Amino acid sequence: MSEHCIIIGASHAAAQLVSSLRQEGWEGKISLIGDEPNLPYHRPPLSKAFFVGEKTEDELLIRAADFYEKNKVDLLLGSRVTVIDRDAKKITLEDGAEISYTKLALTTGARVRKIPFTGSELAGVFYMRDLNDVKQTHKFTGPGKSAVIIGGGYIGLETAASLRKIGMKVTVIEAMSRVLQRVTAPEVSAFYTRVHTEEGVDIRTEAGVDAIVGEKHVEGVRLADGSTVAADLVIIGVGVIPNIELAESAGLTIDNGIAVNEFATTNDPDIVAAGDCTNHYNPIYDRKLRLESVQNATDQAKIAAKSICGKPEEYNALPWFWSDQYDLKLQIAGLSQGFDEVIIRGDSEQGRSFAAFYFSEGRFIAVDAINRPKEFMMSKRALTAGQTADPLKLADESIEIKDAFN
Amino acid sequence: MPLIIYKSHDGSTQEVHAEAGTSIMQAAVDNGIDGILGECGGCCSCATCHCYVDPAWVAKAGEPDSTEKDMLDCVLEPQETSRLSCQIIITDEMDGMIIAMPESQY
Repeated sequence: MSEHCIIIGASHAAAQLVSSLRQEGWEGKISLIGDEPNLPYHRPPLSKAFFVGEKTEDELLIRAADFYEKNKVDLLLGSRVTVIDRDAKKITLEDGAEISYTKLALTTGARVRKIPFTGSELAGVFYMRDLNDVKQTHKFTGPGKSAVIIGGGYIGLETAASLRKIGMKVTVIEAMSRVLQRVTAPEVSAFYTRVHTEEGVDIRTEAGVDAIVGEKHVEGVRLADGSTVAADLVIIGVGVIPNIELAESAGLTIDNGIAVNEFATTNDPDIVAAGDCTNHYNPIYDRKLRLESVQNATDQAKIAAKSICGKPEEYNALPWFWSDQYDLKLQIAGLSQGFDEVIIRGDSEQGRSFAAFYFSEGRFIAVDAINRPKEFMMSKRALTAGQTADPLKLADESIEIKDAFN
Repeated sequence: MPLIIYKSHDGSTQEVHAEAGTSIMQAAVDNGIDGILGECGGCCSCATCHCYVDPAWVAKAGEPDSTEKDMLDCVLEPQETSRLSCQIIITDEMDGMIIAMPESQY
């Protein structure tokens, strides 16, 4: 039988896999199956440039349509896989069609965590994951209208910034005692609260949602304290969960994501997985990770392609992330979870430019750099090279950032 | 459509007829050019699209802004004509422009 690689999930990881497979010399057939009708597109702009109309749908595409044509990819978009039969090496589509594979790649990503608030079925209530979600929100946005965002994580805050940009009244409801609690130091949370407040956003922390209220469409959000915040639009951003069900029912090992080894391969040697849906070991942090990021989708997909092509290479990339809000360019290198010390370079209490360096047991582990591209770039290099940093030098702006690492 | 010539670190070249209005990075990604990654999608956040503009074409490519300059200060293998290719928007005047890629991006 001739070689056929089927990729399930038309995601960031999928777009990279197609390219890497061809670059690594895969001459067999490639099929790309996605349940959305779209070619793989950039998701980060959904809450930012696309949301405010600065980017068109075409501009969201990771690679232009003719890329798939040139690389001879069979596209099955708007189509869902229901079964993977590993013994027969074939998949079944929703319409009953069966397709045989020799190699399978799972790039199924993650979906939004849904919370069944009373009233969450009302018109005007959205999650922000898919292009279609965001297109639908446009009916409910406009200058002077009100929005309530449930969840003060990156998606919630980016959306808040975008809604302010188009002149809406914005309230952010966060259950924890500070925004970004799960991912940053208190200094960084305080900074984002200050900037959002300066930009006119009403941030409510330690606030529980009782119900989303309205007749036909949303009219407001009732909080646990009994007060109601008026809303023409409600956006819920409370995290994502990996899409593992298909893999699980095929008997692949699941461990907070699809378990893959350092070669992005599952417990079936003919099935790889990459991106948000995977759980993998990271040698830099010496622990298993499930990451929600473009970097991981892209870098792990390259490793997966190498494995498919019989040129296995270990995955050891440094995680990094970004978030654009207002005039703030946040760039994050490394993982700060588990930090026991934070060093601030610059002033987080005034202005809009500083960096927070995270340490654990004296070892430099991550940076949040806000309008500090040099700090981000140098930290990324140092972390990749396994270097640590001198906290005193980091805190001293008279010392060049490049001289703070050793 | 302007012709952009991408030169790999080993000297081999690939020619791409690119749409004016798109970026040097996007044209590379759309055409499967190895050596330009563009992970952040062009928002000047990752520096994985670092390139060298051929000296004869530097003026046509324009000037980097302050964020890009700061990022370029810290890239691996910087050169005089280093740019982030996501920040160079292709115009008809760039027909024939030569763009080289650093070895570290392969």
